[in-house]
Amino acid sequence: MANSKKQHRTVARGALRRFLHNRMAVVGLVIFLCIVALTVYAVFAVDFESTTAIDPPNRLQPPSAAHWFGTDEMGRDIFARILYGARYTLSISFAATLVAVVIGGIFGAAAGYVGGQVDTLIMSVMDVFMCLPSMLLAIAIVVALGNSVGNLIWAIGVSNIPKFARIVRSSVLSVRNTEYVQAAQVIGTPVIRIIFGHILRNCLGPVIVQATLIFAMAILSVSSLSFLGLGISSPTPEWGNMLSSARANMRNHAYMVIAPGMAILLSIFSLNLLGDGLRDAIDPKMEL
Amino acid sequence: MGKYIIKRLISLFFVILGVVFIIYLIFYLLPGDVTQFILGVNYTPEGAARLREELGLNRPFIVQFFGYIGNLLHGDFGVSYLSGAPVSLQLFARFPRTLLLVACSMALCVAISVPMGVYCAVHPKSILSDLMQFLCSVGIAMPSFWLALLLMLLFSVRLEWLPALGSVSLKGIILPCVTLCASFLASTMRMMRSSMLETLNQDYIRTARAKGVGRRGVIYRHALKNSLLPVVTMVGMNVGTQMGGSILTESVFSYQGIGLMLMDSIFSRDIPSVLGCIVLMALSIGVVNLLVDILMLYIDPRIKASITKGA
Repeated sequence: MANSKKQHRTVARGALRRFLHNRMAVVGLVIFLCIVALTVYAVFAVDFESTTAIDPPNRLQPPSAAHWFGTDEMGRDIFARILYGARYTLSISFAATLVAVVIGGIFGAAAGYVGGQVDTLIMSVMDVFMCLPSMLLAIAIVVALGNSVGNLIWAIGVSNIPKFARIVRSSVLSVRNTEYVQAAQVIGTPVIRIIFGHILRNCLGPVIVQATLIFAMAILSVSSLSFLGLGISSPTPEWGNMLSSARANMRNHAYMVIAPGMAILLSIFSLNLLGDGLRDAIDPKMEL
Repeated sequence: MGKYIIKRLISLFFVILGVVFIIYLIFYLLPGDVTQFILGVNYTPEGAARLREELGLNRPFIVQFFGYIGNLLHGDFGVSYLSGAPVSLQLFARFPRTLLLVACSMALCVAISVPMGVYCAVHPKSILSDLMQFLCSVGIAMPSFWLALLLMLLFSVRLEWLPALGSVSLKGIILPCVTLCASFLASTMRMMRSSMLETLNQDYIRTARAKGVGRRGVIYRHALKNSLLPVVTMVGMNVGTQMGGSILTESVFSYQGIGLMLMDSIFSRDIPSVLGCIVLMALSIGVVNLLVDILMLYIDPRIKASITKGA
């Protein structure tokens, strides 16, 4: 037992060392941590009123010392709105990823472990879902359920379920017939315990990597839906809807378009670097 | 061979049936009374009941669903709540434009990413290939609607070269096409690069080199053909995502395709049109995927061999 724990630790340590040696991955991690830190800072430092209150005399100010990224068509400070908006975009994306991981994981594990007809049934349903682009599915769900934070989470989460189901299923299949799982079955370990304790632990690597990449995709989906007017709507600051409302004044006030887009770009960029780095660190041969 | 294609056609039918079922179910569960919306100020309980009867909304879900499927098989997508005209009229008028947009963007994507991928694989240590790969990682992270706005700012507002919104001319397709293509450049280029790298390590490449084929000959004659296979599959799979992406791109540019029609129908709560758009998109994605698989049979004899052996 002690030996296996040590083994486990060195595997993790090896992955960590590989990760830290990957310069781009570390850059991604640092950028993402900065974004999270700024978001948390905004929770305490920026109050909601100041990001929604209308201040007509100060409308459409170009970037200055007082307003770093300028002000929008209602005189609201764009920098404060971006900071405040990060919490919506990031938390909704995170929750959606969680939904996809948990539900997709359960389906994938069931399909892979039970096999047979259950597997065929689950995977054909997943194939049907895969035939719909996730953007289209998310739009359909949001339209049907109506705009709200909770529905947005479900829409984006559900549309990413098939990807996780597939990954978990294939990792479960790869360890299902190993000796240690057979040994556990022989000594009568409950199925639930075999799945969670023995099998899923071994799929953790691919799931974490995929979750990081899906998190990035979810950020894109949240802001895309909000941009289309199907997600979070004004006056609540959200990066996508900020861009959407900036469109009207884009011709003469280009700065309004730059900052929210940069925020989305940087978040996704850093998460992608992080995900790629994790993949290389956990298993260099893994293909996703 | 023929058996395989028939098998695939049957499974395509069931997948499409499944997709329509899911979408139909989602919209069946939609809260709110449709009649209230259609009748608007003319709403009376009696009128609503009559309308419900007329639209068949009183029937059970399964009956409605199979009625819809039956009509679909005749090319009938129902009648728009908003205009009262058949949905299919507008769908088929708009669909070719979306198809054109997606096709142009795929072509542009392949034309740019394949040479880039080959270059990166052949010159792994050069600064140019590092730069290309960095640009690709940025490209993946770029939200397409933001890129669209930036392109509009540069080419329509500053330079005034290209129309920004709602143009039907050939010039009007350039910006939407570039926007749609950008998010797929990176993945295709990466796939091309890794596939090329793998192929260059194969024995037959070494054999070709050993028997005296020049470096260029090996790369373009032997390696390129073989390493294109996974790229073809991937481009085929991307058609679906591109269709999804066209919703955003078309709305930003007011490009009169099926994606914009979907958004317009959503905001006017015109359910038959929304359903029609989604079903047509799913159908075209399924068909394209099937075509790609059949194309692969002809490109790669190994796949053909494995199927005939299996059957």
